[in-house]
Amino acid sequence: MSTLARLDGVSRSYGAVTAVDNVTLEINSGEILGLLGPNGAGKTTLISMLLGLRRPTSGRVQIFGSSPVDAASRRFIGSTPQETALPETLRVGEVIDFVGSHFAERASTGALAEEFGLTDLLRRQTGALSGGQKRRLSVALAFVGNPKLVLLDEPTTGLDVDARRTLWDALRRQHNAGATVVVTSHYLEEIEALAERVVVMGQGRVLADDSLQGVLDRVGVRIVRLDSPDPIAVAALPGVVRHDSGTYFVNDSDAFLVELVRSGLAFRDLTVRGASLEEAFLALTEVAA
Amino acid sequence: MSVLTLSAVHAKYTLLETIRIPISIIGTLVFPTLSLLFFVVPQASISQDPLYATQAVISMSVFSVMVGNLFSFGLGIAESRAKPWEPYLRTLPAPGIVRVLGHILSTGLMSLLALVPLLLVGGLLTAATATPAQLVFGLLAVAVASLPFALLGICVGYSMSMKAAIAVIQVTFFALAFGGGLFLPPILFPDWLNAISQFLPSRMARDFVIWAVEGGELAPLTWIGLAAWTIGLLALALVLFRRDEGRRYR
Repeated sequence: MSTLARLDGVSRSYGAVTAVDNVTLEINSGEILGLLGPNGAGKTTLISMLLGLRRPTSGRVQIFGSSPVDAASRRFIGSTPQETALPETLRVGEVIDFVGSHFAERASTGALAEEFGLTDLLRRQTGALSGGQKRRLSVALAFVGNPKLVLLDEPTTGLDVDARRTLWDALRRQHNAGATVVVTSHYLEEIEALAERVVVMGQGRVLADDSLQGVLDRVGVRIVRLDSPDPIAVAALPGVVRHDSGTYFVNDSDAFLVELVRSGLAFRDLTVRGASLEEAFLALTEVAA
Repeated sequence: MSVLTLSAVHAKYTLLETIRIPISIIGTLVFPTLSLLFFVVPQASISQDPLYATQAVISMSVFSVMVGNLFSFGLGIAESRAKPWEPYLRTLPAPGIVRVLGHILSTGLMSLLALVPLLLVGGLLTAATATPAQLVFGLLAVAVASLPFALLGICVGYSMSMKAAIAVIQVTFFALAFGGGLFLPPILFPDWLNAISQFLPSRMARDFVIWAVEGGELAPLTWIGLAAWTIGLLALALVLFRRDEGRRYR
């Protein structure tokens, strides 16, 4: 296993806003790394620095041992535009050929079209494609150069369930064929379906870097709501990760309720529910801070 | 792939994108010819004098290439920077010069095509004359002399938004065209204006092409100046390209 990309204490700010805050990360060959985080967590900025589109304000970014700003270091990298931004007047086959002509060992247009279900669309202008077809073409472009490392920023945003699964299957096949894949998403479901290792980002920082199961355990927070005359004492019970005016984030709601009843503290209007990903992120952020 | 082959590939697909919207080409092809028809052909004192008519056709050719380059580079680049396809192309393994050269080749070719109807009208409706050899030298000179304007357009495109680029280009092309003697021959200029005019790339381009067609003396300032503008603007364009991170909002 070798390290394909490395970030060393990387920060990037836009004026007063810090998008990425002192991130250190290694991407190793052979893995599918999921980069999970809410909107504005810094995922896209991180990817664009790996692609050489943006430079870090401080710290060092390396792909294949050199700076991604040098064109030569990007020979073995594949990426996909975040928005479906294809030149409308060019045909599907032409777009694939255009991008493919930048790579020494490119996949044939026919084989790639077959893989991503574009065979019947090769003569179509990209402006005439549906949203899902544009997405498939965009993701296919990431693989045209037979890359060693593929960076996919929100590859399935805006797709329906079927189209999303079709793309996931294609991604898994490419991974089995040897590509290392980094995929960002703000859907836990997507990361669950694809990733082996998961990095959770929030407010520009790495909150967790763990196996899929490890992260699932950590974001599996439950939310308990109740009214109590003594909220401070309730918050002090074991297992409370975070609390906020009558809302308590706990890792194990069953154990928490047992503790609550045992403590003899008065409470009423009790509800328990699972936390959304967004809320789980918030809890993780608090723990990290 | 070498830088040149890749640049040709970029030029090819940029041209393909353009010609799929035919109306956009008609504007580029027709505008300079219309200028010649309206501004030069009706004035018998110019259009019937072989020397003045030839110079007028040359001035219009330089004007046409200059305007074409400034607008298509400046606006084209400012527009594409606001779209996500351009940043995507920058993630491909091609050095910055490829994108710049690709733009130069594709737009340059379109500008030269625009000269065809212009030269036809000039040759048929005015007293302008040129031997085939003079024509070839003239076209080569126009191609060389158009470089500073292409690069200027690229600099504008990479340094500002589309709306700012429109304003800057309109002011720039008017000042360069008038100051460079493309509308009024410099012989009519007062001394102070002539002195300024000598340092403008539009004046240098005009004088350079006239020299290439009609021969005679070429002032060192003209070719040294053209080379200096080209090298200076190329350096600036590369700096702006490398610094560019797409559209900036504050």
